[in-house]
Amino acid sequence: MYDYTDFDAAFVAERNRQFRAQVERRIAGALTEDEFKPLRLMNGLYLQLHAYMLRVAIPYGTLNGRQMRRLAEIAERWDRGYGHFTTRQNIQFNWPALRDVPDILDALAEVEMHAIQTSGNTIRNVTADPFAGAAADEIADPRPVAELIRQWSTDHPEFQFLPRKFKIAVAGSPNDRAVTAAHDLALRIVERDGAIGYTVLVGGGLGRTPMIGQVINDFVPQADLLPYIEAVVGVWNLLGRRDNKYKARIKITLHEHGMDEIRSLVEARFIETRAAFSGIDVPLFEAIKAAFTPPSFAKRPVSAFERAYEADPVFRSWADTNLAEHRAEGHAIVQVSLKAHGAVPGDATSAQMRVLADIAEQFGHDELRISQDQNVILPHVHKADLPEIHARLKSHGLATANIGRVSDIVACPGMDYCALATARSIPVAQQIATRFDELKLEHEIGALRIKISGCINACGHHHVGHIGILGLDRAGVETYQITLGGDHTETAALGDRTGPGFGADEIVPAIERLVGAYLEHRDGKQETFLETYRRLGMAPFKAALYDQESRVAAE
Amino acid sequence: MSRSFTPKVVTGNALLEGDVIYLTEDDGWTRDLSRAEILTDEAHAQMRLLDAARRASEIVGTYLADVKPGPKGPEPTHFREEFRRSGPSEAARVPQETQNV
Repeated sequence: MYDYTDFDAAFVAERNRQFRAQVERRIAGALTEDEFKPLRLMNGLYLQLHAYMLRVAIPYGTLNGRQMRRLAEIAERWDRGYGHFTTRQNIQFNWPALRDVPDILDALAEVEMHAIQTSGNTIRNVTADPFAGAAADEIADPRPVAELIRQWSTDHPEFQFLPRKFKIAVAGSPNDRAVTAAHDLALRIVERDGAIGYTVLVGGGLGRTPMIGQVINDFVPQADLLPYIEAVVGVWNLLGRRDNKYKARIKITLHEHGMDEIRSLVEARFIETRAAFSGIDVPLFEAIKAAFTPPSFAKRPVSAFERAYEADPVFRSWADTNLAEHRAEGHAIVQVSLKAHGAVPGDATSAQMRVLADIAEQFGHDELRISQDQNVILPHVHKADLPEIHARLKSHGLATANIGRVSDIVACPGMDYCALATARSIPVAQQIATRFDELKLEHEIGALRIKISGCINACGHHHVGHIGILGLDRAGVETYQITLGGDHTETAALGDRTGPGFGADEIVPAIERLVGAYLEHRDGKQETFLETYRRLGMAPFKAALYDQESRVAAE
Repeated sequence: MSRSFTPKVVTGNALLEGDVIYLTEDDGWTRDLSRAEILTDEAHAQMRLLDAARRASEIVGTYLADVKPGPKGPEPTHFREEFRRSGPSEAARVPQETQNV
C-alpha cells in the first residue's frame, strides 16, 4: 500500500488545522453559514436531513486493517456505531456533531485518511477496480495511477473551482468492475506492443441526464497521461456551463460541442500542458508503483477448502457465489456481502468493521477493498483459510451468499438520510431482498443487478441496473419508476423506462412480476435476466408489469 | 388578507448537532413539531422566518414548512416533513448486525 510521505502528512495536518479554526469561527459567529458552507464541503461535511454527514475518501477503495479499525472507532465514538459504504468507494458517517468533526479528521489523519475533495466542485476521490492487484484478468494494477492522479488533483490550483464536480475511475482489466463508463473521465488500462497505456473516456455520468462515456483517445502512453488529463479538465473548465448547474457537467459540454471539437481543443491544449510538465511525474509514478508490489503468495495445499466444500452445503453455496478468481494459485478473492436480507445496503457496524480488519490482518495480507456495489472485498486470501474466514463472517452476519444476485442491491441513502432525496430507497431494497429470500428463488434467478436511487441524481446507479428503480415525489406521494436493461460493465448501457411508476406498496410485487416474466421466458438457466431482456426486448416485461390479466394471475 | 394561506412552521437544522428544530412561540427551539408555533398569517410567517434566520449561531437552512393543524399541534402535510420529524425509517436506522444475529 501507498504510505504517506512527510509532504502528504504535513498537507493533511495543515488542512485539518485550518478546518478546526474554521469550525471554531463558525460556532463563535465570525463566519456566516454562507461563508462556512463551501469550507465544510471542501472537507466532506454535508448537512443532511436529520444531521451532518461526513464523507471520508477511501482512495481507489483500498484500506488496511488499521484504517478499517479506525473507521470502526470513529463510528463508535463520534457517531452511532455504524458507517455507510458508497458506490464511489467512500464511507459516510451519518450523525457527527459539528464540534467533533475536527477531532474525527485528526483521527483519520493518524491512519493516513482524509475527507478532502469528497464534495464540492473539484476532482473527487479517484476510484478503481476493487479487485486491483488480485484479479486473474488484470492487465496492470490500476491503483498506482489512481494514486498518481490523487496526488496531482489534490488542491490542484487550476481545478478548485470547476463548473461542477469531476469524477475519475480507473479499470485495469478488460472486465470493468469500476463502472468507468459512468464517470466524467475514465481510464481503461490497455497494452499495445508490449507497452502499458490508457484508453481515455470522457462524458459519462448518470444523474438527471445520463450518458455513457465516449472514447476521446484510445491510447495515451504513461508519460503523457497527467498532461493529457490536465488538458481535458482544463478545456472543460473553460467551456463548461457555469450559468446552469444542471448543464455544467462535462457530459453536457461534450454533448453541446461534439466529440470532434472537444478532441481538437484537448489536443491543442495538450501541446501546452505536455510542454509545461517537467517529467517528474514519471519517476514519481515508478515510486508509487513500488508501493503496490504484490504480496508473496504462499503455496500451500487447499485440501482444507476442498473438505469443507464437500461437507458443508452452506459453505459451498457461499464459496460458489461470493468468491472470484485470483491470479495466484490456491488463492481467491472474497466478496463479503453487506447485503444480508433485510439489512441496509452498504452499512457495517463497528463490530463488523473490526471483524473484517482482523480477518484481513490475519489471513489477507492486511488488505481490504470497498466495491462499487457497496460490499467489502478481501482481495488476497488463501483457499485453505476460507472455512475459518467463513465461520467468522457468519457469526457477525457477514456471510450472506448473494453476490451479484437479486438481493445484492445497490441503494443510495434516499430520503431516510439525504436532503436531496425525493423518496426512500433503503426500505424498498430491504423489502425486495426479504421477499426473494422468502421465495427461496435467489439462486434459481442467478445474476441480476437491482440498483435503486432516491432521486434523479442517481447515486444508486439505477440507470445501469439490470433492473433500475428511481424514487420520485409525484404530487406528494412516493412513486417508483422502473428501467430495464441497464449495464454497469464494459458493455455499459442505460436502462429503458418501462412506463408509469408504482406506489411504495406496489413496487415489490412489480419487481416480483418482472422476475417471474424472466423465469418464464428465459432460454434455459444459462440465460441471464439481462440476456433475456436483450433478446426479447421490453414487451414481455411490460406485459407482466402493466397487463391487468397477468397481474391477477400473479396474485 | 390571508386568502388561502397554508399554515407554516419555521424550521431548519441546529448548528451544532444538525438536528431538525422548530421555532416555538416564545422564541425557543423545539425538536418536537407538535410544540412548534403554527403560523397562519403570511406576513407574520415571513417576519418570524426573518427573525429565526438571523439567529445564525443556532440554526442552519431556515425555511417555512407547510403544516396542518392537528389535535396535538401542527402536523406535516408532505412525507418529506414527516421523515424530518420522525427520523429515518425504523429499519433503516437499526445497525445491520442486530438484524442478523
